Amino acid sequence: MKPVAIVGVGKTAFGAFADKSILDLAVEAGRKCLENARAAPEQVEAFYLGNFAGPSFVGQNHLAPYVGAALGIEGAPCTRFEAACASSGSAFFHAFSAVAGGVYEMVLVAGVEKMTSQPTARVTEILASAGDLGGEVKAGATFPSMFAMIARRHMHEFGTRREHLAAVAVKNHANGAKNPDAHMRKTITLEQALAGRMIADPLTIYDCSLVSDGAAAVLLCAAERAGEFTTKPIRVLGVAQASDRLALAEKKDITTFPALRRAAAKAYQMARLEPREIDLAELHDCFTIAEIIAMEDLGFVPRGEGGPAVASGFSALSGEKPINTSGGLKTKGHPVGATGVGQLCDLALQLRCEAGERQVARASVGLAQNLGGSGATCVVTILGR
Amino acid sequence: MSGRVYSCTTLHAAAERFEKDLPFQIAIIDLEDGRRLTARITGPSVKIGDAVKLVDERDGVSIFTRQTDAATGN
Repeated sequence: MKPVAIVGVGKTAFGAFADKSILDLAVEAGRKCLENARAAPEQVEAFYLGNFAGPSFVGQNHLAPYVGAALGIEGAPCTRFEAACASSGSAFFHAFSAVAGGVYEMVLVAGVEKMTSQPTARVTEILASAGDLGGEVKAGATFPSMFAMIARRHMHEFGTRREHLAAVAVKNHANGAKNPDAHMRKTITLEQALAGRMIADPLTIYDCSLVSDGAAAVLLCAAERAGEFTTKPIRVLGVAQASDRLALAEKKDITTFPALRRAAAKAYQMARLEPREIDLAELHDCFTIAEIIAMEDLGFVPRGEGGPAVASGFSALSGEKPINTSGGLKTKGHPVGATGVGQLCDLALQLRCEAGERQVARASVGLAQNLGGSGATCVVTILGR
Repeated sequence: MSGRVYSCTTLHAAAERFEKDLPFQIAIIDLEDGRRLTARITGPSVKIGDAVKLVDERDGVSIFTRQTDAATGN
């Protein structure tokens, strides 16, 4: 396998942008990324685009060549990847595989979603289509309710408390307030988080990530050529994707994500790193409980100890292992198809020491974890400078 | 058909076509035959470990209700 580097990153702000189309968003991120690497669109040999539900949210299909052509990527293969909320994480994994395998030397990977033009109940319905339509969704399950059942079981088995879930929200709000590109920039108190409007008990509005518009892109390149584009290449030390069943009821234990564990084991092995050697991480906090379980499944803390660890400040900006310094999906925003690559952009900023007010002191190795559905797809990526 | 609640939640927000049912409870139920399924709960709300029995099936969705537990009398 050839070494691979990220030589450019580009993101739109995440938020609600009534005046920007899905094409505008994707093109803005792609252009920023190419400019960041001082690369020309003609140099891109393939374009991989992660998008969950463009056809449902805005009616547009055949998105990858649509965006590719607008970026000036003429003739090169442009392909869309769909893996629910892990769509662009999956696009990145496959793009990496193509560059590492020597098929291409330069691949642009992007993710985009345009969600806010639909009313909330319709967004909920579209998102729920990433669950098992024949079973749980027919019974009325939504993603908040699936993660609520996960949280309930985690509380039952390990004594996790609502205060622990709320501590994730408080931390991510504090981080997001320092991120100029975040959808929601305000701090909250533990009391506010606990008193939030109930969505699916025990999850309140503060336990749920945001419905956002946005796009993100990274330029992947064979590491030997990275010097042509940047003085600060970010090395892809390890990346893996794993899958599981869609339906929550088909899992033996819903307090852990087997696909996350499998992807993590492979990524750690590839990077020859241990969980304790990861300096910081961007984790898929679609719901607060998901960040707690990801900490456990990634081996950052023992099983069942994720909640108390967050409450103790372990994962705070100034903590032992800062998690979601960007504000996470909770406050940075969660334009689902853009989230995976968005996480990589945020990690790359930390590793390049360009994260501004939220820069952490020790940022040599970072990990990103992107989850699809209630865990049927998971991508884990480890980056180093 | 009967079983026990493995996990559950009460929804206060739903997908468009289920908004008329709000609030409603769903649960993952461990059936006596070893299968596990996601079902709707009717009647009093349930919690993890509660015994439940099937009372109806509508549009392919199983509807369960809480059963008095012979073991505990609850």
